[in-house]
Amino acid sequence: MEPIDLDLEEGELELPAEPMRLNMGPSHPAMHGTVRMVVELSGETIDKVDVQIGYLHRGFEKMCERGTWAQVFPYADRLNYVSPMLNNVGYALAVEKLCGIAVPDRCQWYRMALGELARISDHLTCTGAMAMELGAFTPFLWFVKARDMIWDILEEETGARLTHSFGRIGGMAAPPTPKFKEMCGFTLGKVLSIVEEGEKMLLKNRIFIDRLENVGVISQADAISLGWTGPCLRATGVDYDVRKAHPYLKYDEVDFDVPVGRRGDTMDRFLVRLAEIRQSMRIVEQVCARMPDEGPVSVDDPRVMLPPKEAVYSTIEATIQHFKLVMEGAKVPKGEVYSYTEGGNGELGFYLVSDGSGTPYRVRIRPPCFSIVSGVSQLISGGMLSDVVPVFGSVNMIGGECDH
Amino acid sequence: MSQLVLDRLKTRFGAAILETHSAHGDETAVVTPESWRAVCQFLRDDPAMSFEMLTDLCGVDFPDRLPRMEVVAHLYSISRRHRVRLKTRVGDAELSPETVELDSVSAIWKTADWLERETFDMSGVVFREHPDLRRILMYPEFVGHPLRKDYPAQKAQPLVEYRTEEEAGLPLEKLAPFGPDEGMSFGRRTYTRSEEN
Repeated sequence: MEPIDLDLEEGELELPAEPMRLNMGPSHPAMHGTVRMVVELSGETIDKVDVQIGYLHRGFEKMCERGTWAQVFPYADRLNYVSPMLNNVGYALAVEKLCGIAVPDRCQWYRMALGELARISDHLTCTGAMAMELGAFTPFLWFVKARDMIWDILEEETGARLTHSFGRIGGMAAPPTPKFKEMCGFTLGKVLSIVEEGEKMLLKNRIFIDRLENVGVISQADAISLGWTGPCLRATGVDYDVRKAHPYLKYDEVDFDVPVGRRGDTMDRFLVRLAEIRQSMRIVEQVCARMPDEGPVSVDDPRVMLPPKEAVYSTIEATIQHFKLVMEGAKVPKGEVYSYTEGGNGELGFYLVSDGSGTPYRVRIRPPCFSIVSGVSQLISGGMLSDVVPVFGSVNMIGGECDH
Repeated sequence: MSQLVLDRLKTRFGAAILETHSAHGDETAVVTPESWRAVCQFLRDDPAMSFEMLTDLCGVDFPDRLPRMEVVAHLYSISRRHRVRLKTRVGDAELSPETVELDSVSAIWKTADWLERETFDMSGVVFREHPDLRRILMYPEFVGHPLRKDYPAQKAQPLVEYRTEEEAGLPLEKLAPFGPDEGMSFGRRTYTRSEEN
């Protein structure tokens, strides 16, 4: 019998050549958060892509202009809802910079410890979710188990697992519980063993590696021009970390490394996050060793701090002070300030404008995700449709902060 | 440290730099809208400045002032580790206070593409020569610019009309839009459109 592929040249198949337009999202299992991508495909290759955000827009900045300065904390929680403590601390530092308040040492250590715990939970979520989207469900469950252990600490400390609203202008809502250091030491060991186990499972998996390596590559110059910060920028080899470059709190007194990648591909972004989990653990250990057990966690400044509850119920002065702080808000001096911290995804900036009243005139957040997501279209165009999933997972888009 | 940047800007651009100040460790230069793009280009390309990163760009609305809109950019140099805040005041006060235009810097920094779209969407600054100036956070049918002070915070523009109480069969007094002062702090300033006064 004659082989059927002999006369291929003569009767070549005419395939339709015009590009196909495909909608991914806004509700799509691979688009964590809600984002819509309109992709133009030729075959399975992406020619053009339009990333559309805004499906989670809640008018955050407009809402902030309606309440008092202290009422922004719950909104800040909901920016990056996997590491809310970092946003709390970032906003508190911004207002304190504008007021010229320096918080006590113990508070600074405490903020660092809680912030690093939040960072670990952020990275665990991102790496776990990314693995899950590529079909590795077990590491996701393990990482979420580890994240839950960290949230147990945060719940014990702040009373809430996720949206803590624990920061205050000039301190924290409460001092660390007596068991805090013990809990950290106990939990971090367990989290580390889970991370190591999950890592072993993923990084020895040929399929997983093949789907990440050399996928979604970005150059250093492009990443900087796109305004990338955080693990995504460090994966390209730029060692920019706000904690090292412009230390705030006590980051200049602790010893930690800034892990960087080499190629700027999806694999590097994955590995940088895993390495940062270990560095954050190192920081928490050092903080636990150095944080004093005694001393105030808030400044003694009646202009911004609420008086103790017993005094509110027993003296008229404290009642008036409490009333004025709650109803009019703490008065923040007239001026403007830009304060930046290292959030879960990169530089988290707050640009505050005050007209001297108890209500913010303008609160502008600089969410790290916004710039990173603006670069996604460049990362995925030219690639395969199936690469969208790992690339989008690795940039860790958080709808809350990206869409304001 | 970034005082150096301000000095250099003043010697290079002279009268185009309207004012400079430093407060809380942040250095600020206010420039004329005409020189906006030239200053940005200079700050990125000059080897002593090398601001490779546009960290942030936003608009701040001052309805009481004559050029009503302030466009604020925060620049950062990764190689030199310094920062500067660049501001300009725009708004054609005489002709129509609604029109606010500025040159786009999206050819200088790639991130300016989305940041300018956001500033246009939220504050209504129209960036000239922007490649693709669409709304980004709000939907295309949305009317107005929510972060302008005269946009009422309680205003809602639903694409699908809210149901009435008859349709729902239950009282709906707690559905949006809420009252303008519900849950608000005392002494809050509000702004209204001039034609409504």
